[in-house]
Amino acid sequence: MKIQLKFFASVREKLGCGSEVLELDVNSVSAHQVRDLLISRGGVWAEVLAPNKALRMACNQQMLNGDVTLQDGAELAFFPPVTGG
Amino acid sequence: MKISVQTSDFDVSNELAIMRSSNPAIGAVVNFVGLVRDRNDGQTVSAMELEHYPGMTEKSLQAIAEQAQQRWNLLDVLIIHRVGVLQPKDQIVMVAAASAHRGEAFAACEFMMDYLKTEAPFWKKETTPEGERWVDARESDSVAKHKWNASSSELQK
Repeated sequence: MKIQLKFFASVREKLGCGSEVLELDVNSVSAHQVRDLLISRGGVWAEVLAPNKALRMACNQQMLNGDVTLQDGAELAFFPPVTGG
Repeated sequence: MKISVQTSDFDVSNELAIMRSSNPAIGAVVNFVGLVRDRNDGQTVSAMELEHYPGMTEKSLQAIAEQAQQRWNLLDVLIIHRVGVLQPKDQIVMVAAASAHRGEAFAACEFMMDYLKTEAPFWKKETTPEGERWVDARESDSVAKHKWNASSSELQK
């Protein structure tokens, strides 16, 4: 399955990456499992996505509260708390 | 309802004129405009760049406007938010609510701003004499949003 990853603001800058298509050899994965997978890359990934970071996630452009199972082709975004207005 | 995410500036009087002329039942319009300040956290700010999440931003603003409409009897709502590079004194955001009487328009306007501050995917980056820095989210904005949940549960009691 494929997951479209998106990164914004300070998260995007620190990772040096705005988007990525993640291909996985599984039929089902949750948003937090994807986060853990990215953390396991180590380095800046582990630092920026660490569980203690004030990080927000959105699945298919909906703010995520808790976890969710991702469908093939889902869009998963990572970003800091928002500061508009 | 008007929702817009744009790089260009907006004309408040023009937007309000369109709103007023749309429905003769409107008796009250409350409007908020947010501006770029030249100081923040003790530093001089010479420019501010607003990043957003195209697609999610528009959906999020639409959802906020719809929640306000469900909560109050509104005759029209408007949210305009700018993105890109802005200077001190520039307009960032305009939120307006129209209703028959002022109470609902006042409440809805504040509600939409409080939700926008904590839900809509925008991020501010300031340019200061010490370089660029991302603006941190404020706890007070989160508190401002939660007061609307508290008041709705009080109403249900």
